[in-house]
Amino acid sequence: MALLLHSVLITSTTGARPPLFADACSSFPLLLLGKSHWTDRDLRWLGLSLVPLIEVDFLSLCLDSKILTKIPHGIGANWQSKVDTEEDFQVSTISMESQLGLIERSFSTRYSPWVREVLEELPHNFTISDPTISGHPIVFASPGFLKLSGFPRDQVIGNNGRIFQGPKTNRKTVMEIREAIREERAVQVTLWNYRKDGTPFWMLFQLSPVFSKEDGRVIHFIGVQVPILRKKRLTDDGDAAAWNEIVCGSCRREVCSDSLVDLGRVLALDTDTNCRGLEAEEPCEASDQEKQGAATAINNILSVLTHYSDSTGRLVCGKRFSSPAAGLINSSLNISLGRIKQSFVLIDPHLPNMPIVYASDAFLKLTGYDRHEVLGCNWRFLSGVGTDSSVLNQIQESIQVEQACTVCFLNYRKDKSTFWNLLHMSPVRNATGKIAYFVGVQMEEKCKSQGRHGLSPEIWQLSAVGAVKVAVRSLSMGASCSTSSDRFNTL
Amino acid sequence: MMLRIKRVPTVVSNYQKEEGEEGSRRGGGCGRNCLRNCCLQGARLPLYTFKKVDRIATDVLEHGKSEPPVSFLNSLLLGEWEERMQRGLFRYDVTTCETKVIPGSHGFIAQLNEGRHLKKRPTEFRIDKVLQPFDENKFNFTKVGQEEMLFQFGESEDGEGQFFTDATIDPENSPSVVAINVSPIEYGHVLLIPRVLDCLPQRIDRDSFLLALHMAAEAGDPYFRLGYNSLGAFATINHLHFQAYYLTLPFPIERASTKQIATLDNGVKISELMNYPVRGLVFEGGNALQDLSNTVSDACICLQENNIPYNVLIADCGNRIFVLPQCYAEKQALGEVSSELLDTQVNPAVWEISGHMVLKRKKDYEDASEENAWRLLAEVSLSEERFQEVNALIFEAIYYSGNGSGADSENVVEDANAKHKSTEKVNAINETSHSAMVTGSQGCIVLQ
Repeated sequence: MALLLHSVLITSTTGARPPLFADACSSFPLLLLGKSHWTDRDLRWLGLSLVPLIEVDFLSLCLDSKILTKIPHGIGANWQSKVDTEEDFQVSTISMESQLGLIERSFSTRYSPWVREVLEELPHNFTISDPTISGHPIVFASPGFLKLSGFPRDQVIGNNGRIFQGPKTNRKTVMEIREAIREERAVQVTLWNYRKDGTPFWMLFQLSPVFSKEDGRVIHFIGVQVPILRKKRLTDDGDAAAWNEIVCGSCRREVCSDSLVDLGRVLALDTDTNCRGLEAEEPCEASDQEKQGAATAINNILSVLTHYSDSTGRLVCGKRFSSPAAGLINSSLNISLGRIKQSFVLIDPHLPNMPIVYASDAFLKLTGYDRHEVLGCNWRFLSGVGTDSSVLNQIQESIQVEQACTVCFLNYRKDKSTFWNLLHMSPVRNATGKIAYFVGVQMEEKCKSQGRHGLSPEIWQLSAVGAVKVAVRSLSMGASCSTSSDRFNTL
Repeated sequence: MMLRIKRVPTVVSNYQKEEGEEGSRRGGGCGRNCLRNCCLQGARLPLYTFKKVDRIATDVLEHGKSEPPVSFLNSLLLGEWEERMQRGLFRYDVTTCETKVIPGSHGFIAQLNEGRHLKKRPTEFRIDKVLQPFDENKFNFTKVGQEEMLFQFGESEDGEGQFFTDATIDPENSPSVVAINVSPIEYGHVLLIPRVLDCLPQRIDRDSFLLALHMAAEAGDPYFRLGYNSLGAFATINHLHFQAYYLTLPFPIERASTKQIATLDNGVKISELMNYPVRGLVFEGGNALQDLSNTVSDACICLQENNIPYNVLIADCGNRIFVLPQCYAEKQALGEVSSELLDTQVNPAVWEISGHMVLKRKKDYEDASEENAWRLLAEVSLSEERFQEVNALIFEAIYYSGNGSGADSENVVEDANAKHKSTEKVNAINETSHSAMVTGSQGCIVLQ
């Protein structure tokens, strides 16, 4: 008999996470599965809207009319209990590299913990996104931005910036932003944006990359939003002056708390006038003041980030100081590869250890490893005592003669369980026409009989190869050739 | 006077032979596993059906949260393409061809591809007739072996998209197919052949264009574009087909600025390309996908019927469509193109015009510069004067949509000034104030 649940409070013992409430309807057996089986679909079926996943060490369930406080978890755990029964459940730790966890780590590995507080006190409207996380999600949104967009924080964090675009947003402008991200450079455009309630407004949008000083990789993108005002509609000069002061002024902390109030008032005043009678088709040019305001905001945010990255020893900066180190994938390739849903890795055959330089989320899910445990490892690391070494030689030989191969061999997951890996390896060339990587696409032998969406397993694997080939070739064709980027490298 | 040029045709299929070789092979079953009656019986080819959409899903509507995953159509296409690659069906591995973005502000893309063009005798092509009847004796896509076909592509009958991995090719259904181009320009280069068994000549009609637009929308990838070359604008084969491939870079033509010149009643916005060597029109918007498709089709039909060669690029998942009339072949036939440009042997078809140049000679590749590319493409473009004349024709046709051949008084618009305005408008594009056709959300002319 299933348990009657009224409401469920799930907390985390790792501390900083706020509790999440969920209403589970009655007569639901609560299936709590291990991370690798915990999908959106499962959650929806459960009637819970706990998306994205939470990172926990172990789950603690407090039930309204229940005595139980712990529930079992682990792969396949199925829990049903009668009311009034107290049972002893097994508890073990899970480490979940969920999306929220990645988002949390996006900041915590780079900046000291106070950075959030300081960023939150800045008067500007801005978001910070992380292109190294699949989906290029927003990892930070300023209070000014949340107010401007009308979205609550939890509907912004974890989502991509495109959620603020809509049907009338100019396609060419969207392309310009996409290209700037791909080329890892700054861009400034005017954009027709939509608030949560659907009301649209013109916005000056400036995007700027944040580079790691040591290896030149893009760590974050800062996006600053300045609503474009029709200055002539501002009837009160005082308000206009206050607005300018807030946007263009420095972020001296003593100004901030008052400014936010003023900002709110001015925004409220102007958002009405801003969108009334405006059409998406009317071209909208930002004033010099607005442009300067955006540039200033970027500078301010960048100096905060730079300052707070100092203490972690992993400095960031606004300009790329060194070329991305060998063996690392740049963020645009990372974003493209993140769209490929099969399990695969990229190997760099030019480096001495032939390390893995990219691993897809599906690969991590298949093998049970975390990304940082995999990158840099030699491609053989999944093999173990039971693996046929002649197959390994076969793979090595194929790499040497630059040929594709398909093999099936025994692999070991992190938890030491084994699976038969139907591996397809293929050379991948970049724009020079020479081999840049080898791609290895894995498929569990037992899954072979089920094609994906009707595609045969062979075609499903090969499509990953094709997608990787397109991405690597295209994205290595040339550095940014736009002259506009120079203007916006402000630091 | 009949105008002809000589060029080496691109081989798009392993079964495409020179004219002279055609006749000798016939006789009895061909044994080539083609699509004609000799081999069609019992033939199987996966079938991808799409749900007919009213609007192209913008990123927000479909994939609000994150970067959209590789769509199923893309997976199917890429997977099948790679499989044919490994089977050795392509004449060369295009990923071994060196390619680069030419430095400059426009971002032209150059590729050194020595294997694409055969070292064969050039063939004569008649280029002064955009509409030519289908010729059974010449190469056409029913003669292609089935192994070069990747899948059938069509609208679903029950309104839900589906994939049938083991479908028959049913002549009753007039299937459309996607086939490989054995001389690819880029990875994933395919041909979309609408209603292949109907043997349509190379000319655009509303249904076929809508099919192509749906393919762009289904792929859902702004870097997967479709292109079309009319006869006289470097189409090689007179059997209706579109081309498509993947390139994860913006095309220079997509980056060019545009100036809006009209908004139609059906919501389609028309702009002119600015600051680009080739003059052309850009179509976007539309209240429904069908509106955009019909407007562009009508524009193309108008060009065809006025014997103006043109190319079409379907970009941004079908959200932006470029229509580019051209006259390079005519100039070439009349001896008006400099030998320097002719020596590069670049045939400016839709991809070249969009800014993706395939070069045969290493010297041309190494010397590739923005100026050279611009100079070549400028030769392709119509003159400003001629372009405005052509625009006038197009606008006339799309306002009186439904009539391919221009103004019939019966179905004409209510506003008597409309036609006059339309011709005037294209001569006075800088005026932004009063005309109903200019920017603004007002619909202007009632469209039939």
